[in-house]
Amino acid sequence: MGKNPKIVQREDVVVKFAGDSGDGMQLTGSQFSDTSAFVGNDLSTFPDYPSEIRAPQGTVAGVSGFQVHIGHKEVTTPGDQADVLVAMNPAALKANMKWIKPGATVIIDIDNFDNKHYKKAGYEEDPLHDDSLDGYNVVKAPITNLTRDTAKQFGLDQKTADKTRNQFVAGMLYWLFNRDIKLGEDFLKDKFRTKENLVKANMAVLHAGYNYAETIEALSTTFLVDPVKNKKGLFRNMTGNLATAWGLLAAAEKAGLKLFLGSYPITPATEILQEIAKRKHLGAVAFQAEDEIAGICSAIGASFSGRLAVTTTSGPGLALKSEAIGLAVITELPLVIVNVQRGGPSTGLPTKTEQSDLMQALYGRNGESPAIVIAASTPANCFDFAYTAAKLSVEHMTPVILLTDSYLANGSELWNIPSTKDLPDITPPLVADNDEKYQPYLRDQEKMNRFWAIPGQEGLRHRVGGLEKEDVTGTVSHDPMNHQVMVINRQKKVEKVADYIPDQEIIGEKTGDLLVIGWGGTYGGLVSAVTDLQKAGMSISLVQFNYIHPLPKNTEQVFAGFNKRIVCEINMGQFAYHLRSKFQQFEFLQHNKVQGLPFFIAELKEKFIEILEGNHQ
Amino acid sequence: MAEEKIETGTLSRQDFKLDTTVKWCAGCGAHAVLSTIMGALPETGVKKENVVFVSGIGCSSRFPYYINAYGFHSLHGRASAIASGVKTANPNLSVWVMTGDGDSMAIGGNHFIHIIRRNINVNIILFNNKIYGLTKGQYSPTTPKGSITKTSPDGTIENPFQPGELTMGAQGTFFARVVDSDPKMMKDVILKAAAHKGTSVVEVLLNCVIFANDVHKSITGRDVRDDHQIYLKHGEPMIFGKERNKGIRYNCNKMEVVTIGENGITEEDLIVHDATDPDDSTHYNLVRMGLPEFPVAMGVVRSAESTVFESLMHDQVQEAQKKTKLKTVDDLLRSGNTFRIDDEETVS
Repeated sequence: MGKNPKIVQREDVVVKFAGDSGDGMQLTGSQFSDTSAFVGNDLSTFPDYPSEIRAPQGTVAGVSGFQVHIGHKEVTTPGDQADVLVAMNPAALKANMKWIKPGATVIIDIDNFDNKHYKKAGYEEDPLHDDSLDGYNVVKAPITNLTRDTAKQFGLDQKTADKTRNQFVAGMLYWLFNRDIKLGEDFLKDKFRTKENLVKANMAVLHAGYNYAETIEALSTTFLVDPVKNKKGLFRNMTGNLATAWGLLAAAEKAGLKLFLGSYPITPATEILQEIAKRKHLGAVAFQAEDEIAGICSAIGASFSGRLAVTTTSGPGLALKSEAIGLAVITELPLVIVNVQRGGPSTGLPTKTEQSDLMQALYGRNGESPAIVIAASTPANCFDFAYTAAKLSVEHMTPVILLTDSYLANGSELWNIPSTKDLPDITPPLVADNDEKYQPYLRDQEKMNRFWAIPGQEGLRHRVGGLEKEDVTGTVSHDPMNHQVMVINRQKKVEKVADYIPDQEIIGEKTGDLLVIGWGGTYGGLVSAVTDLQKAGMSISLVQFNYIHPLPKNTEQVFAGFNKRIVCEINMGQFAYHLRSKFQQFEFLQHNKVQGLPFFIAELKEKFIEILEGNHQ
Repeated sequence: MAEEKIETGTLSRQDFKLDTTVKWCAGCGAHAVLSTIMGALPETGVKKENVVFVSGIGCSSRFPYYINAYGFHSLHGRASAIASGVKTANPNLSVWVMTGDGDSMAIGGNHFIHIIRRNINVNIILFNNKIYGLTKGQYSPTTPKGSITKTSPDGTIENPFQPGELTMGAQGTFFARVVDSDPKMMKDVILKAAAHKGTSVVEVLLNCVIFANDVHKSITGRDVRDDHQIYLKHGEPMIFGKERNKGIRYNCNKMEVVTIGENGITEEDLIVHDATDPDDSTHYNLVRMGLPEFPVAMGVVRSAESTVFESLMHDQVQEAQKKTKLKTVDDLLRSGNTFRIDDEETVS
């Protein structure tokens, strides 16, 4: 029983899946993303889930969401607001009403829209019968009942049958987006593999959803999003955490070192540990330590033993690791510290994003303790910056802190898969056995790094440690002048890294009215807002910093080209503060947000226009 | 993957001697440990380049600076964690953790129990002087209850740890106890610790001449040591005493001290020490024995077999490498769901 729907071609569409945290919305979201990537759409995703594993069912606190932005045009953010919302219960609807566009298609599971669920969600009135949904295309689908009917034949109990409801939703979306349902089937075959009955049941429910969507009148329009322009090659959908793990693996292979990860589970960094644990086949070892401190200390031990050593964590864990980072600074051993930032202080907002660990990364240690600090700015470029972190750490013999955040870590985008042969070489400053000239703190004249002699090597026995060491010889020294020399050496070594990193790129004109300054994970929102305003003829440019310490050498020159500068951060102004201390000649305006959420394009544009218009007065 | 071995006798203590000033106090028991280990290392059959000493913070932890080996003087309490990384990264190394009662029983307690639980093949030499020496005389977790120290002017009100109990509680496979005044016993035990596959804990009852002088005197004193210590030897009955006429037996599942020749007691009644017994109940009882009721157990209390963390890790790596189709990172990047977007398709 077919119908001939109207097909609307769209440049981009934002879809939001929302339900209880046990409803499988993350899975459906991933399935829809993969399918979109397969047909060649550009995409950006963002999961949004509560910190409780199964918060009380049907409550707003328990709503788990997954937002997907797909495009024929290039997409850089998961989108401010959704064109299509799937709400599995009233709480999911309530939580997402303000995140949908006027006129959006809202698919609800009508079987869950009853008084009991309204009460749990905190609705005082039936939202289907007041005017709150006026102007939206509401599709009241009996998802639960139709799923149960379909799943019955496979002998699933009700609880298991209900877990396949997400496939009913997926089926509806395949139809709504003119997708080949076979892609959804392949996803399920891969997902459930040996569990044949589950594959069959899920596939049947998927088809049921597809057929239902095709039948009902409420869905008379379908979307067609053509493949993205200007992109060719081999792609995959990549999350920030996976990209980070793979970047580290690539660096280890390129450096001819084995990867050692010492880590302790912590949201939102845990996936990196889980991923490396799966990569023994590439010679990588993941050591799940007893605590954050043992995570970093085991990594420092492994670095001493000649491994590419890494520890991964989030803000609270970085705090616990700070003493050990100082040890890596003074022993001048390579170490990568990945900090996937989340809302703080303390436990804060474990599943939400924030950029508030910048100060901690830059300054949060006792003593004069400089470390290289870099930040990734998109989910996929976590690969590049994890790789770069490893390269800088090994070649300059010093710890590197890589900052990502929850938004990058869990978000995803389409990634053009590189070839490792095209990645820059990584050359560890190793020492030949029995090198008579070797001394523990003898330095390379250019980079100022010491050299890496590894236990097991003949003729290079030496001792390192947390006590200050004599320049060159490395014996313990409390000499006042020597301490000053060593403190300056360690600082210069890190500052010299500026000679080995690229100049800061400007997006837009090199001079103008307003320079927007961002760093790390805010790139997507900032670049969308700035390029939109550029197209509207405004004098605005963007610099998005990946290298925080040291800063690129042209930074001052870049800042000088603009009348006004605004630093936008998901914190209270930590980078702005850092820049003011470095460049006292410039004034820096601030735009700050600390809601556990990324910037929205609309709010940024509004802010920039306000400043630019002020400029014209 | 095991430690590679060389012929014993090819090295001497000179190979480990470092031209440096040892800065422990004169009369400190640590000197004896340094000398004994230098003497023992050539007999372990380990290449001198493969020996690594890792330490934390405290008097004990200056050890790596005084011996010619690879050395890592790390952070307070963290030696076991750092050593876990050193050894897991390269199982071929002979790794020694030099630590003290403050370092391992207090700030590093967590790492101490977890390295033991994992049974990583390192040797932990625990200098137990029952005091904080480097910070000048505060009580430690092993200080006897009631002791007057700088931070317990009215006597400590804390129950002390027994390192042996902690070791057993963490499923330790090797625990031994020695005194700093018996270098022969120390060397014998340290060689056994080095040969053991798994985490070996050697508690050295060590005298701090400055802040806890004679803290172990009731055990180590020349006049009392034979009666107050029992030197356990695997496969031999538990006999001790100046006259070698005292022993330990089980009476209704409780240990007791008996005298051979009294009340019809013979050697046959005594417990024969089985350090290898997988069941650690007797070992646990042995480490808890204390004066005045019992002599203090010396020597290797427990040396049992179990799986070793880094060997299993290495086996899993080898197995994974053998089985995988993804041999390189390029293979990995191209595995699973990938999508080719061609020029032709994007032309509208």
